[in-house]
Amino acid sequence: MLQRFDLLAAFWMTLQLAVLGAVGALVLGTVIAVMRVSPFSSLQFFARMYVTLIRNTPLTLILFFCVFGLMNAMGLRFGESRDTQNLFWGVVAIAVYHASFVAEALRSGINTVPVGQAEAARAIGMPFLPSLRHVIMPQAVRGSVAPVGNVMIALTKNTTVAATVGIAEAAATMKTMIEFYPNFLYFIFALVALGFVVLTLPTGIFFTWLSRKVAVQR
Amino acid sequence: MSASNGSQAAEPAPGRGAVRDDPLVVLKGVNKHFGALHVLRDIDLTVHRGEVVVVIGPSGSGKSTLCRTINRLETFESGSIEIDGQALPEEGKALAQLRADVGMVFQSFNLFAHKTILENVTLGPTKVRRQRPAEARQRAMELLERVGVAHQAEKYPAQLSGGQQQRVAIARALAMEPKVMLFDEPTSALDPEMINEVLDVMTDLARDGMTMIVVTHEMGFARRAANRVVFMSDGQIVESAEPEQFFSNPQSARAKDFLGKILTH
Ligand SMILES: Nc1ncnc2c1ncn2[C@@H]1O[C@H](COP(=O)(O)OP(=O)(O)O)[C@@H](O)[C@H]1O
Ligand SMILES: [Mg+2]
Repeated sequence: MLQRFDLLAAFWMTLQLAVLGAVGALVLGTVIAVMRVSPFSSLQFFARMYVTLIRNTPLTLILFFCVFGLMNAMGLRFGESRDTQNLFWGVVAIAVYHASFVAEALRSGINTVPVGQAEAARAIGMPFLPSLRHVIMPQAVRGSVAPVGNVMIALTKNTTVAATVGIAEAAATMKTMIEFYPNFLYFIFALVALGFVVLTLPTGIFFTWLSRKVAVQR
Repeated sequence: MSASNGSQAAEPAPGRGAVRDDPLVVLKGVNKHFGALHVLRDIDLTVHRGEVVVVIGPSGSGKSTLCRTINRLETFESGSIEIDGQALPEEGKALAQLRADVGMVFQSFNLFAHKTILENVTLGPTKVRRQRPAEARQRAMELLERVGVAHQAEKYPAQLSGGQQQRVAIARALAMEPKVMLFDEPTSALDPEMINEVLDVMTDLARDGMTMIVVTHEMGFARRAANRVVFMSDGQIVESAEPEQFFSNPQSARAKDFLGKILTH
């Protein structure tokens, strides 16, 4: 059974979706969070709209829009094979969706930094971005690490949504395996669940360790 | 009512530097609202180079807002503010540049909590003034020496007493070589035994000729170091006079009332 279905390859796909999606979500989420706290009201407005809109839209819908709308209907294809094209839009959907949660997690960290810190930075003549980089963000990560870690764990598990558009990741493969080997139902479940634990546990441990590390440094 | 008319040529008292007839901070007809609240009403104020102005007045009269408006931590609706002949720019690079020339010391110190004392002082010079790190360090150590906390340079703010933190905050502001320093109740958050160590540093600064605008109720400091006391009430400058004259012979009813209250204890 395990020879017929390449579960390792499926988890490799899951891992790619998760890692690339996480990188995208962190970068995009940071940009949105920065816009949200910037002194420019148009950027603030855009960031607020983004978070409200994306956070309240189901991931499946965003994924369908990317794959059926942008890729198939509009022909926006990136990559050679069908698999890479699918992977690309899968990653985009996961990144776009989770960026809204990352942005909120970062903002809650920024809100723990007293306003006096930003005012002191402005008062010595620091423009917005340098004050964010040297004064606000280093203190904001302290309050952001744990919530960002939670988003990353949720993101890893949410990669299973990619099965709905035919990306052969772990959950999709699990479904076909069960169809062929209904007798091994519980075994297959357990195997895939274990696979996800193997992926998410280190993430959780890493973020717990990180939040301890940044918490004591003061 | 105008406060710009001059008692500037006061003869220097022991703690006072010489005042040149050279306007450095000029406010004309400044008005500011917080919603419906008219916090600053037609403020006219001229501070000359080397002059030390103490701002005094009841709580809520707009003293903090005045300070914060001068380096544009707050916006204002009408009137003009000039620093050394330059109008306050709108948000952006030019404003940041101008803020670097205006030192500010807050009631709650606001030292950067994640940086050492030394890093607190070198951050502005290296990131804003683009000084070389070695040069900034050396200058910072001189300033920390001057305010008496050089031996704490490697510690974090939370490890210092309030008085020490406030002296570091003064050093941090001085490291930018500002043209004028604003102090917003710098000793109000301090335990009584630490007030003098901060006031002493400020008195030295005044003697060295720093231009200063100081919101404080420390009358000893005002008498010792100020060229002029400005009395604010309800967002207006009600009175402006030499310290001796103001404390012994206030003109307005509001100033008399206020002094009566703070002198009774
Ligand atoms: N950010 C703000 N928003 C709304 N009202 C404010 C704000 N800051 C100050 N005020 C109000 O403005 C008035 C003047 O405040 P402030 O300048 O702090 O007075 P002072 O420093 O003389 O005690 C007060 O009534 C205060 O409540
Ligand atoms: Mg105040």
